[in-house]
Amino acid sequence: MSAYQPLKRPVITFPFLVLSVVALIGTYYLVQRFIHGMGPVTNINGGYAWGIWVVYDVVVGTALACGGYALAITVYVMNKGKYHPLIRPAILASLLGYGLGGIGAMIDMGRWWQFYNIFTPWHMNFNSVMLEVGLCVATYILVLCIEFAPAFLEKIGAKGAVKALNKVLFFFIALGVLLPTMHQSSLGSMLIAMGYKVHPLWQTLHLQPLLAILTALTMGFAVVVFEASFSSVGFRRPSETPILAGLGKAIMGLISVYLLVRFGEVIINGKLGLIFAGDLGSLMFLLETALFVFPLVVLMSEQRRGHGPLLLWASVSMLFAGALYRFNAFLITYDPGPGYSYFPSTPEIMVTAGMVALEIMAYLIIVKKFPVLHNAETA
Amino acid sequence: MAESDFDFSAVERRLGVSRRTFLKFCSGVAASLGLPSGAAMAMAEAVADPKRRPPVIWLHGQECTGPSESLLRSEQPSLEHLILDLISLDYHQTLDTGAGHQVEDIKKQVMKENQGKYLLVVEGAIPMANDGIFCKIGGETMVEITHEAAEHAAAIVAFGSCASWGGVQSAAPNPTGAVGAPQLLEGKTVVTIPGCPPNPANFIGTVLYFVTYGKLPPIDEKGRPKWAYGRLIHENCYRRPHFDAGRFALEFGDEGHRKGYCLYKLGCKGPETYNNCPSLEFNNVGGGVWPIGVGHPCFGCSEGGVGFNKPLFSLADVKTHTPPNMFPSIDDREGNAPVSAGAAAIAGAAVGLAVGATAMASKKLDKKEQDGE
Repeated sequence: MSAYQPLKRPVITFPFLVLSVVALIGTYYLVQRFIHGMGPVTNINGGYAWGIWVVYDVVVGTALACGGYALAITVYVMNKGKYHPLIRPAILASLLGYGLGGIGAMIDMGRWWQFYNIFTPWHMNFNSVMLEVGLCVATYILVLCIEFAPAFLEKIGAKGAVKALNKVLFFFIALGVLLPTMHQSSLGSMLIAMGYKVHPLWQTLHLQPLLAILTALTMGFAVVVFEASFSSVGFRRPSETPILAGLGKAIMGLISVYLLVRFGEVIINGKLGLIFAGDLGSLMFLLETALFVFPLVVLMSEQRRGHGPLLLWASVSMLFAGALYRFNAFLITYDPGPGYSYFPSTPEIMVTAGMVALEIMAYLIIVKKFPVLHNAETA
Repeated sequence: MAESDFDFSAVERRLGVSRRTFLKFCSGVAASLGLPSGAAMAMAEAVADPKRRPPVIWLHGQECTGPSESLLRSEQPSLEHLILDLISLDYHQTLDTGAGHQVEDIKKQVMKENQGKYLLVVEGAIPMANDGIFCKIGGETMVEITHEAAEHAAAIVAFGSCASWGGVQSAAPNPTGAVGAPQLLEGKTVVTIPGCPPNPANFIGTVLYFVTYGKLPPIDEKGRPKWAYGRLIHENCYRRPHFDAGRFALEFGDEGHRKGYCLYKLGCKGPETYNNCPSLEFNNVGGGVWPIGVGHPCFGCSEGGVGFNKPLFSLADVKTHTPPNMFPSIDDREGNAPVSAGAAAIAGAAVGLAVGATAMASKKLDKKEQDGE
């Protein structure tokens, strides 16, 4: 009946055990954070109010979780049905990624027990970008749950519910395209509010939302290639390169637009000299640009696009590029004024690593127990 | 100093100040400009001679009229008389008795009659966005008005931070595209007297110099008169010894604050702001009447890119006069933890893991594709 089947493999494997150790260490420090507060666990300070829990877990993490968003646009907006087999794993990864982002935002909150106030209209500040991001991400997590619900309902055999859900699912799919467009661009808008603290090469003011959404969308496509390549290797399934090559084309187009806007802004605003200043900002910019240009060069040729390993390297380079773009703007070249410095503490990194490990573990369990991956024959 | 045969009795009558007070004022201005004592007499004569009063066109853009207010409230002896008699203020929107098209016509007439002789004072920023529609006077945009008035001006003075570099409305995201007069009038020499509000003495000194010598005083690359803006506030600040000795107020009302220690750690922008506030102070009442004097950190109102741009309590970039190396670092803030070796190792390992896993997967993928073919 369904084109999707659970992978019938054992859940407890060696990599799963390794991941669970990492998750355990992360959980230990997470408990520390809730007992002793942020100070003893993290290195954030008055100048760097946002550490990796926000910059990785929320800003980079949700961009890495844009696979569901990118594919929803391709399949449902562009009406390219041939990518449909990829959508369920992509939505699962999005759900887990966004879940990590939501939890990350929560544990980074000093007074987390006030979290619910964001949902009380009389406490809302409608001029705040943060409100938009917070509400939008929270709603999108719900939407992702609904989008993923058919897999769960199929598993428990609730055929009637699946049928009923399928009738209204188009509405949630539309929301699932709208919401990330909103909050992924708003994540860029947050840099506007940080003003001169953001390095001039990354402070593009009105273009921040555009650059943020472009990179998020590109990372979304790249992460789909990444996941599909890894599951074809890891679960010893047939290679999906032919279908993924088409996504490579989308990545290529998006990177071209991104680079055009990015360099256009730098040139028009006379910041070209900063690229060659030889300081940290210029080196990071060059590194970041190289990571963007590498996939563009690789994907330009049809032949290279169709070669699995190169396609994988291109998408990984793109993921690093998008992540570095965010890290550069929010942390590495961010300058809150003299006297402040930040590098995450070991417990801080371990919490993030633990969360990522949990996310991968959840992914492994779900694809093995629920109908998420498509049947090999229908690929 | 040449003996002056000038009779100041006319001035005494006209301005209602004694000859002594008048000459004291002129000497004070000359001294603060760093001019020789003979200059005081030259200035006094220039002011006393009503024929030499230059017509002044005073424009208002986007601003709060703070510079005009500070000038009017200045407590120097009969300054309001002096300022109105020193120059012939022919157009000033807040002080004009006339209104509407009448004063606009007078302005045009004065500019026509005094081509190349009038002094143009710009107060307020000039909005450039959307063809400058955000500021209009008499149906014309501030951009047009400024260009028109600047064309035949003998000298142009931008009074206040808004006119000098854009001021508060030029802070990001600057929706109206506000710029200062020097940015609009590229290629023309614009003397800037920044400050929010600017010290009236800096304006009077500059104008007196212009009236006396018919030219502008030496200015720096930002158009600021060197005599007023040549030094950082930090250089002449009376709290400097505390800075050098490492004694800082750490929060408002703490022991250091009550004892008058340096305000650097409360975010004082004195180390990166050029102005003469420490020596002139405000309102001519003495007793340390200026921001740092009353216990508040300087916020850099006169410095483009500092005032209205940097947060109030963020540390300033100390441009000069940092403490000796053997002293503890002044800009250590709480909560800075060093990079731990473990954290660096884990961060590196995470990136390495991602790259390594990709390499492994790519190898297997390659093998799989070759087997498949």
